[in-house]
Formats: sequence, C-alpha cells, structure tokens
Amino acid sequence: MITIEVLITRLPGLHRQDIERWIGNQWVRPDRDAGHYVFRDIDVARVRLIRELRDDLQVNEDALPVVLSLLDQLYDLRRRIAELGDAIARTAPDDLRRTLADHLAKL
Amino acid sequence: MDDPYQTLGVARDASQDDIRRAFRKLAKAHHPDLNPGNAQAEARFKAVTAANEILSDPEKRARFDRGEIDAQGQERPQHPSYRDYAEAEPGRRYGPSGPQQTAWSAEDIESIFGTMFGAGARPRTDSPLRGQDERYTLPTGFLDAVNGATTRLTLPDGRTLDVRIPPGTEDGQILRLRGQGTAGWNGGPSGDALIEIHIAPHPIFRRDGNDIRLDLPVTLAEAVLGGPVEIPTPGGKVRMRVPPHSDTGTELRLRGRGVPAHAGQSEGDLYATLRVVVGQPDAALEAFLRDWKPEHPANPRAAMEPGP
Repeated sequence: MITIEVLITRLPGLHRQDIERWIGNQWVRPDRDAGHYVFRDIDVARVRLIRELRDDLQVNEDALPVVLSLLDQLYDLRRRIAELGDAIARTAPDDLRRTLADHLAKL
Repeated sequence: MDDPYQTLGVARDASQDDIRRAFRKLAKAHHPDLNPGNAQAEARFKAVTAANEILSDPEKRARFDRGEIDAQGQERPQHPSYRDYAEAEPGRRYGPSGPQQTAWSAEDIESIFGTMFGAGARPRTDSPLRGQDERYTLPTGFLDAVNGATTRLTLPDGRTLDVRIPPGTEDGQILRLRGQGTAGWNGGPSGDALIEIHIAPHPIFRRDGNDIRLDLPVTLAEAVLGGPVEIPTPGGKVRMRVPPHSDTGTELRLRGRGVPAHAGQSEGDLYATLRVVVGQPDAALEAFLRDWKPEHPANPRAAMEPGP
C-alpha cells in the first residue's frame, strides 16, 4: 500500500500525469483514502505492465484499452479455471476426479 | 546467462537502433503477460530484458565489451509480474465484473453445471439449495442516479421492492438485493434480485465519471464583459461569475458541484462550457458592428486553412 509519490520514485521516467491519466481512464484503479490514492501491489504491477506495453512493446495509448480489456478477460478466465480446479480438488470424490481426467484426456 | 548479443540475436557491431528493434521484437513475442503460463516465454523475456539492460546503454555496453562487467552482474531485482497478481485473488479487482461482485454468479455456475441439474428442473437432492438469482432492469432518471433516490419496482409476481439507488450510480451498474430472488429449495436461502440500472439521458447534463458537464448559453455582453449568471447543477441552481473576455468554448469549473461524494470517492466537479448566443437582431448592435474596426482583426477559421 503506497502513495502516488512513492510510486513515482519507484518508477523512474514515469510522470505523475501519466499515472493520473491512466487512473482517469480506469486502466488503474487504486483505492482512495481521504482523497489520496493508495496503490496495492497489484496496482503497482499493473502500472508497470502498462508502461512496458506502451514503452517497450509500443502499444500506443489509443490501443491500450483493447489490450488491457483482453488481458483482463484472459486473467479472469484463468482465475476461474484455477478456482474450478480447486473446487473439484476439494469436493469431488477420487473416482469422479479420475473420470473427469480421463474424459478430458480423450477430448 | 548467455552472451547478451546472442540473446538479442544481433551482431557485435550492431547499432543502438538495431538493438532497440531486436529487443522490441523479442519483447513482443515473449512478454509474460501475453503468454500466461508459458514458463519458457517468461524465462526468455527475462533474458531478453536483461540483455537489453546492458546493450541499450552505450556505457554499460562498452564496459561489457571490455570485459569489465559480466552479463550476470547487471540483472536488476526482478519484480513480480502483473500475472502473479492477476491470476490470484487480488486480480478480481480488474476482472470484468468488478471487485464488488461475487466471483461466481448463479449464471456462471449454471453455464458449467447446467446440464447436470437441467434448467428449472427439480433438483434430485434432499439437501438445501439456494434459490436462483432474478434479473431486472430499472429505468432511472439522470438526477436520481447522480443524487441517489429510492424507487419502487413492481415485480412480475406482484411483489414490490423498494430499491435504494445510491448516489453516483452509473449506467449499467447492477444492484444486488439479497434474498429477493427465487425462494430456496429444502430450506435453502433465497436467491438475490439483481437490478440493472438504465439511466436516461438528461436534456442539460452529461456525466463524465464523477464530473458533470453542460453547455451554458451566455449573451455576447456576458461573454465580453463578464458578469453573474445562474448555472443549473444536479444539486440546484448556483450563481457564479463569468470572467470578462470569455468566449464560446471557455470552460468554467465549479468545484464539488458534480456527482456527490459516495462509496469512498470524493465529489466530482461541474464543468460549464460557454456557448455565446447572439440572439434576436438588434439595431444598435448592427450599427455598432458596421462601423467597428477591430483592434486585433483575427480569422477564427485560420485553423481550417489547408496547410502547406
């Protein structure tokens, strides 16, 4: 949990206006505490990701929402698959799990 | 680590431009967030990034060439990648349904297990089952959504629900009323009512996140000389001064007169964009303009001239 000032010092070359614009665009969604932004670890990693996409991979800011939306959907699905797998591991009897695994292997 | 030149696939005498191009090409192909779950791509991306760290900096590159530093010594501390968070619980913050939604809606579960239970079929179990969620849409006035309101919704089965629309509600937002969906089975809890808010447009105001925008017509005299005007805001009319020498397009900001503070977000602002309205023909104005020699003649269409 860090403030925008700390975030900027950790990411040299990134301007406060960049981050504020990204927040305005809803690309980064930090918490707010008494009118100040508070960044969690995932928000910091996301700022870093957006910077890499923009500066290293040359995804310009017009195209970024599409890329971010696809990434968000991808991660949502992967998280769900993990949750589904976890739920099966916790609740399904062994023979059901074996049946499922056999079935998937034959697809 | 390998030779950074080999890692990037460039010659020893490659130009800085060649190095930058090679790095970007490889970074695009191997970025871990574009290859989730691909450990090989991740390792490759780290190697490419580390190689670029050295070769993109002419000073470090020269020191490496002279053998003063090795490729290993320059690796920066690795930050956890975005994926490490996004795939785990914290990633729900950026999921399509937003952080406040439960992870698995009844629809999601039905889409996977639907064929097991059969839609609407009597569950073959004696254990308690939660009732289904019911979806409704609720058309809402613009100001009710901005300021908050309570609206009565009559359900198809004749029940009525008093829905509290919180201030700052956005179009398409879904309100969840716990226990107001279909009754549960075998003593299980009832499902929830999910109410999607459809906000009607407003004739004057436009919503821009937590800010409100409007066009404010002003007379020629108000724009040139300035003066007090009344501005409608979502919270009622407010008086403010138009500064002298304003023009069509001048934007006035009224701090804190946008969407009220809600759910941990501070209040938005109101932006009024001036529109100068000349109005009815006026003999005195006509006479003045006919004899008027502007001190600084300007062409308002200058920006429309085709460039060289």
